[in-house]
Amino acid sequence: MGFINEHASRPKVTKGIKINFITVTTILDIQNLSKTYHSGDRELTVLEGVSFSLQAGDTCSIVGPSGSGKTTLLGLCAGLDRSSTGSVTLNGIRLDNLSEDKRAQVRNQYVGFIFQNFQLIPTLTALENVMVPLELRGERNVQKQAMELLGKVGLAERHDHYPTQLSGGEQQRVSLARAFSNKPSILFADEPTGNLDEETGEKVEGLLFDLNREAGTTLVVVTHDLELAEKTQRIIRIKGGHVISDTPSHSNVAG
Amino acid sequence: MIEYKEPGPINNLPEKPKLNVPWLLRMAWRDTRRSRGKLVLFLSSIVLGIAALVAINSFRDSLQVAIDEQARSLIGADLVIGMNKEPDSLATALVDSVRGLGSRSDENRLLSMVYFVKSNATRLVQVRAMEGGFPYFGKIETVPEAASRSFRTGRRALVDYNLMLQYEAKTGDSVRVGNQTFVIEGALRRIPGQTAMTAAVAPVVYIPRQYLPETGLMQRGSRVSYYYYYDLADTVEPDTLGKKLEPRLEEYGMFYDTVQTRKESMGRSYDELARFLALVGFVALLLGCVGVASAVHVYMRDKLKTIGVLRCLGMSGKQAFLVYLFQVAGMGLIGGLIGAMIGSVVQLVLPELFKAFLPVNVEAYFSVSAALQGVLLGVFVSVLFALLPLLSIRQVSPLITLRANVEHLTNQKDPLRWAVYALILLFILLFSRWQLGTWWQAGYFTGGVVVAFLVLAGLAKLLSWAVRRFFPSNWGYVWRQGLANLYRPNNQTLLLMVSIGLGTALIGTLYMVQRTLLSEVSIAGSEHQPNLVLFDIQNVQREEIGTLTRNEGLPILYYDPIVTVRLEKINELTLTAVREDTTLEISPRVFTREYRITYRNHLTEAEKTMEGSWGENPNANSDLVPVSLEDRYAERMKVKIGDTLVFNVQGAPIATQVSHLRQVDWNRVQSNFLVVFPEGVLEQAPQFHVLMTRSDDEQQAARFQRKVVEQYPNISTIGLDLILQTLDEVVSQISFVIQFMALFSIFTGLLVLVGSVNVSKFQRVQESVLLRTLGANRKQIFAITALEYLLLGALAAFIGCLIAFGASWALAVFSFEVVFVPVVWPLFIIFVLVAALTLAVGLLNSRGILNRPPLEVLRREA
Repeated sequence: MGFINEHASRPKVTKGIKINFITVTTILDIQNLSKTYHSGDRELTVLEGVSFSLQAGDTCSIVGPSGSGKTTLLGLCAGLDRSSTGSVTLNGIRLDNLSEDKRAQVRNQYVGFIFQNFQLIPTLTALENVMVPLELRGERNVQKQAMELLGKVGLAERHDHYPTQLSGGEQQRVSLARAFSNKPSILFADEPTGNLDEETGEKVEGLLFDLNREAGTTLVVVTHDLELAEKTQRIIRIKGGHVISDTPSHSNVAG
Repeated sequence: MIEYKEPGPINNLPEKPKLNVPWLLRMAWRDTRRSRGKLVLFLSSIVLGIAALVAINSFRDSLQVAIDEQARSLIGADLVIGMNKEPDSLATALVDSVRGLGSRSDENRLLSMVYFVKSNATRLVQVRAMEGGFPYFGKIETVPEAASRSFRTGRRALVDYNLMLQYEAKTGDSVRVGNQTFVIEGALRRIPGQTAMTAAVAPVVYIPRQYLPETGLMQRGSRVSYYYYYDLADTVEPDTLGKKLEPRLEEYGMFYDTVQTRKESMGRSYDELARFLALVGFVALLLGCVGVASAVHVYMRDKLKTIGVLRCLGMSGKQAFLVYLFQVAGMGLIGGLIGAMIGSVVQLVLPELFKAFLPVNVEAYFSVSAALQGVLLGVFVSVLFALLPLLSIRQVSPLITLRANVEHLTNQKDPLRWAVYALILLFILLFSRWQLGTWWQAGYFTGGVVVAFLVLAGLAKLLSWAVRRFFPSNWGYVWRQGLANLYRPNNQTLLLMVSIGLGTALIGTLYMVQRTLLSEVSIAGSEHQPNLVLFDIQNVQREEIGTLTRNEGLPILYYDPIVTVRLEKINELTLTAVREDTTLEISPRVFTREYRITYRNHLTEAEKTMEGSWGENPNANSDLVPVSLEDRYAERMKVKIGDTLVFNVQGAPIATQVSHLRQVDWNRVQSNFLVVFPEGVLEQAPQFHVLMTRSDDEQQAARFQRKVVEQYPNISTIGLDLILQTLDEVVSQISFVIQFMALFSIFTGLLVLVGSVNVSKFQRVQESVLLRTLGANRKQIFAITALEYLLLGALAAFIGCLIAFGASWALAVFSFEVVFVPVVWPLFIIFVLVAALTLAVGLLNSRGILNRPPLEVLRREA
């Protein structure tokens, strides 16, 4: 509990104060990350010696074939899972030593998620789904904020529909609104268009990058869609659990 | 303008969010939206158990109120002193001394025949000869109303209302009691303290006491009871007086009753019945709890994904746990409310069901405390039994959002699970202690439930293991698939075995115990058993009655002399010694009570020698008379062969030695005796005789009874058929009440069965659809499903029946101390029913897969 006290004694920075060291801040720092699963007597190493770091505002994609470990890497980066060795530091917080509940706090505060299969809560309406991260923080009167976000993804008038009453593309747009609702520092997207047809996928992609640009969020996309990967500034390729290349994308080079 | 977040220093952990209970409650409510159907199942399993308990406990409260309100009128006086023999001078002096404290009424009671002149019929009744102003509180209800007082002024009688109906007697008709004829003044509707049941067994005829001697019924050896009712002055406290008199009363063989003692003894006896019924209700509730546990188990599996997403979005394990805890508590609350409502309605009919056994008019009223208990119990058991599946929520990994097939639960052993198990055990123990009244009974009950659970769980494991170990790999595909379903991942063997097996065991046990208890009351009626009894036959009448019986063409089946004696000493122990030294554990009653004994040198068919010998008098020369005792009676007195007993035979002490112990089958229709003397000792003692015979039809019996009553008015005859019939009515009424309560368990059991099989639906639907997609035809899927459910249902039901058999044997032998009556057929029927029901419910649940295209099902279930 030491860090909580430490946190409490930290001077609070109020909104609106201009902070000038943002440009050099590391938002995600991965050092020598490995993940090994034990199944009976056998050991299966799915990630080994992965290191990279992202600055605030970066966009980056992790690409690789099926089974290369990219989803595992995403899970570790986002604090959904614990690494076997190495460290994950998110927004200055070492995730490795935190309990699951502490990591949940970190996710709620700093992380946004977009999933391949949307993962909306089926018993909540579109609006309520968007409200959950805010409500989890204990914020009140969040309906207006959530409606604004739904408006941004073009679903304001369908706010009282349940996920099953929405198409795949619509569900993913709700999920976008939800991901941005808690104003995350970093957003993880796992195959965001994997379950959508090309046309819908492109629309969702467009929305994702627009919203991201507007909020200045750090974005990590896991995909095997190279076209999508090219739209981020940086591409990390992994294969067999190892990073095989970490290069700026052409768009970035070109841009 | 975009505002960048402040990237904090190392370990800038966000502030811990508050639990935010109102929001969690809102989430709990929102989350039920799409699963309310499933929650209804969860609800329904506890509703009936709660209803049963609320009904019984409400009734208990209503009864207590009725007893409290009507207790004074139940005994009709402040103090009643009674004795079962003629009071000697000391006793009379004692009774007279109390008279100074208030007014007194005297009453004699005896069994005798009455003769209805007009209908020319006889019937054994309880004659009450009354003198004085009794009852002082409440009243003897008669038609016409004034008759209850006016009969006392002349040769007039009050006759039981049903008896008058039966013999078509009217007010103004004559009825003969002994040698005297009385005019019927009115019909008796209700006597203080009498129940409908006792009125049916021994209907009452009141006559004025001054005419009793003239009836000729007060002969030597006649069994007459003496009652003295006192209306004490306000300054006298009846209980204090009773306590003060108690030692002397006991010494003279008298007993006393006050409003308070009557209230207590009545409360006790009805409480026992209520407790038993409440236990039946508890069994229903326990079954419901199994249902809750399995329903929540399924429900939670459905919710894993949602929980995973919420965890991903930053919900803490505790918050997620609370969301579902609130849901369960809410459901328990609703279940408890519905149960309490149903129970409160059901209790309205209970007084009607119990009417025959109750001496008071019970007004069913809404018992707030019972209803409240029910509601709280609903919440409590729901939460308690849902805790096991709920605990796992805290361990749902958010990774489930990324990989659907990931081990969604972190695999660590949760020590809290053991705490929940302990809590459940404690709850069952405490609750059964509350209902049963003693710790050892509660311990056995709890132990039984736990053993049954362990046996079933163990067998389920064994079954999975055995099927896997000895897998018939050369059998057909359908068989292999059906069998493999018993051990493959996500199998339902354990859950179904435990819930169905436990349900079957509880229902089976209930049924068998009920049967055993009922068979204890019912008398084995057989072809050659006596159905007509003559008693109070005097020595001088013995020969004549024998001749009269034979002349009527009736056989003399038993003809026993009966002598009334009291016990004075066991070895050197007297009443005083037994009273002073409670470590002896001999009830003073063995000294204060009277024994009706007989003398003969042979054993009857109902008797069996346990120890010693009986027959030709071997100790004829000894000073001690050899006697034979019933074995259980000897055990109660702590007496062995060779011990000496001194009996007081109407004033004369006779020293005896225990030389024989008998086992007696009390269920036989014949006079049985605790103590038997040899011939040649008591022949000259005051005595009467009992004759048992058998008539072939009612006319013959009626003719014979009439003849006897005409010539020998002192002799009473009783038709056992009538008694058996009355008893049968009583028994069937009791068994109806028990069955009524058992219905709650059975219905709950069915609901739980449906619930358990629904659990499996969740498991099997996707697989079956997949098989369908891969080209399995309807028949194959049907066969695989049928095989799996049939195996599980049959096995669980079989084991459940075995457990029921063992449990009811143990209950019969150790708890009720009666002979266990093994009933195989009903148990077999239960077995077949449960197995068939499991199969039917299982197949019904999967019919959706059979009839629809696979894709549609996949979409719907997803």
